[in-house]
Amino acid sequence: MATSPIPALGKDLVGLEFLSQEQILTILDTAEPFKEISERRIKKVPVLRGKTIVNLFLEASTRTRVSFEFAEKRLSADTVNISVAGSSVIKGETLLDTARNLEAMRIDMVVMRHGSSGAAQFLADRIPSNVINAGDGRHEHPTQGLLDLLTMRDHYDRIKGLKVCIVGDILHSRVARSNIYGLFKLGAAVGVCAPRTLLPSGISDLGVNVFRRIEEAIEWADVLNVLRLQFERMKDGYVPSLREYNRIWGVTTQRLDSAPQDLLILHPGPMNRGVEIDSDVADGPHSVILNQVTNGVAVRMAVLYLLAGGQPDSAEAAKAEAEV
Amino acid sequence: MSAKTLLKGGHVVDPSQGLDEILDVLLADGIVASIGKGISAPENAEVIDCSSLIVSPGLIDVHVHLREPGEEHKETIATGAQAAVAGGFTAICAMPNTDPPIDNPAAVGFVVAEGRKVQAARVYPVGCISVQRAGESLAPIGEMVDAGAVAITDDGNPVMNSGLMRLALEYAQAFEIPVVDHPEDLGLSGGRHMNESVISTRLGLAGKPNAAEEVHIARDLLLAELTDGQIHLQHVSTQFGVELIRQAKARGVRVTAEASPHHLVLTEAAVEGYNTDAKMNPPLRTADDMAAVRAGLADGSLDVIATDHAPHHYDEKEAAFEDAPNGLVGLETAVGIIMTNIVGEGVIDVVTMIDRMSCGPARAFGLSGGTLSEGAAADVTVIDPRLQWTVDPSAFQSRSRNTPFAGRELTGAPHRTIVGGRTVWAR
Repeated sequence: MATSPIPALGKDLVGLEFLSQEQILTILDTAEPFKEISERRIKKVPVLRGKTIVNLFLEASTRTRVSFEFAEKRLSADTVNISVAGSSVIKGETLLDTARNLEAMRIDMVVMRHGSSGAAQFLADRIPSNVINAGDGRHEHPTQGLLDLLTMRDHYDRIKGLKVCIVGDILHSRVARSNIYGLFKLGAAVGVCAPRTLLPSGISDLGVNVFRRIEEAIEWADVLNVLRLQFERMKDGYVPSLREYNRIWGVTTQRLDSAPQDLLILHPGPMNRGVEIDSDVADGPHSVILNQVTNGVAVRMAVLYLLAGGQPDSAEAAKAEAEV
Repeated sequence: MSAKTLLKGGHVVDPSQGLDEILDVLLADGIVASIGKGISAPENAEVIDCSSLIVSPGLIDVHVHLREPGEEHKETIATGAQAAVAGGFTAICAMPNTDPPIDNPAAVGFVVAEGRKVQAARVYPVGCISVQRAGESLAPIGEMVDAGAVAITDDGNPVMNSGLMRLALEYAQAFEIPVVDHPEDLGLSGGRHMNESVISTRLGLAGKPNAAEEVHIARDLLLAELTDGQIHLQHVSTQFGVELIRQAKARGVRVTAEASPHHLVLTEAAVEGYNTDAKMNPPLRTADDMAAVRAGLADGSLDVIATDHAPHHYDEKEAAFEDAPNGLVGLETAVGIIMTNIVGEGVIDVVTMIDRMSCGPARAFGLSGGTLSEGAAADVTVIDPRLQWTVDPSAFQSRSRNTPFAGRELTGAPHRTIVGGRTVWAR
């Protein structure tokens, strides 16, 4: 029976906090068939042919921007990239004016990275195009959260019941928040481990276990999601030195070897080898850091497809159509 | 216009004289000529029927940002003084954080002169504590007082240097003016955007802890005690901040303090959804803090209700939360909010409300006003306690519209505002 399709995600993807478990699973399941496209010799399907997408990156990004751009191109969308350096933002244009001008050129979607928390919601509330949050301040980075979930699920075939500890600069991390919301929605237990200076107020009220020392976190967890320690944090006095950070909080082979269980190691990149993570861990057998990057493209294809009105159960067919 | 006005049969509430009864008030030649029962109207007097209305000494707001000079797109002395009388205020104190700041006698004189031109609320300038509000050296306080300044403050900024604060508290004593502080330790709050709590964590906004405010409240109280200076603390928003002031008053420290309407009726939950109209400094706090501010207002630990009227242009608030400025316009909603949510919910009675909005402010800043005693300036606010209305920012006299109260249904509103015997605004 033909019923009018209900949008699986609504208009925008601003964060994982207000998505349902079902919506998150829909995205992950939709990503599965899209993984294979990137393995083909001709990596392109016509799912978003004729759609115009603006990648509005008002804060520096390489990995996320490139990942979105590959996802868009592999779905045959037309894309335009705007970054701070080349934009009218540095001439003093407001975010809203930038967006309205883009709208006036009849675009379909905006993928935005912005330094201010809430910027994605701000934009989503004010323009009719689909808005995808590619990271807003220290608020959320939903596609990173989703690709982390997909990577964990690939390895364990489940999320429910997993013990996942996020390690490092939770205070400034949008990745941490999206991980926390997504993991809870799918039934995982979540821990955080960081110097107290890098933990936000009231974090335990979100239901996470707080570990004061990395050894305790390693003993507890099935998965460590290791966050980047930005060098500016040391300058601002949150930690005394990078050397001390590595000595006290670093994820090292020695520490992992003392754990009774094998831990899966994730890192959203870019890594500071020898600071929050040692090279032999990053390159070791339990690291899925590059799988995350590969999954990032598939997850973003799924999000683009669903927001454009694609139905989850047609993803396989939409993909197959391309092979003709 | 008649030089004589008889306010007939109103419910006169004047805590300065202990009045809380139906009386007539005769205003003549700019002063209160007589007050009593059954005053007959002199020849040529305008008679105003005030039955079922409250007649009080003119309301005074000691914390108003008029933005002129420098940011006239947000507010001017004229539009701010008009907004004041539309909100029932007969006098306002203009904060000096303009561009350039009011840190010299000529600038003070400019505010006085512009205020007089408007013929609305009385505009009392407040001068800077420090040159350029830079927190380094004292501004010419004596000359500014001679030019009309009624107090000094670096508001917008705290005085971060405790040594300078001590000097201000000592130096100001010669002029019998209060040193007015915006208590905030920027080391704990700088670059932060809302109350620190699980809500700030969820929204990804850097939070300001209560301690950022309390550290400076405690410091200011200690310095006032050390110097026997007169300190006035602005917009107290935290539970322990109220308690510190309560304890200091019990010790005899010369301190007065403000509660802002928004801290009396809103909590940090108003920020949800990144509502920039709920972005202010100090930030909206928790329900416990709000309850403590209410209790402090009721028991007199907080002497004054002051709006911290802070106009901003709409497109400055139309931005991502972190990029939006702090503040809300408050002059035209204060009476309705206090009548509805503070008097209406039984936190204080009308007598206390008039004390905190008229007598208390006059005492704290040493202003004439705050009384309807015979011979006092005829500054009178007439309030309709039963008028039901809905906050409509598009109807504001203020040049700005930034309020989290838009659409709020209120009971009680200013009815008529009289300054120097002359009706300057009437509904």
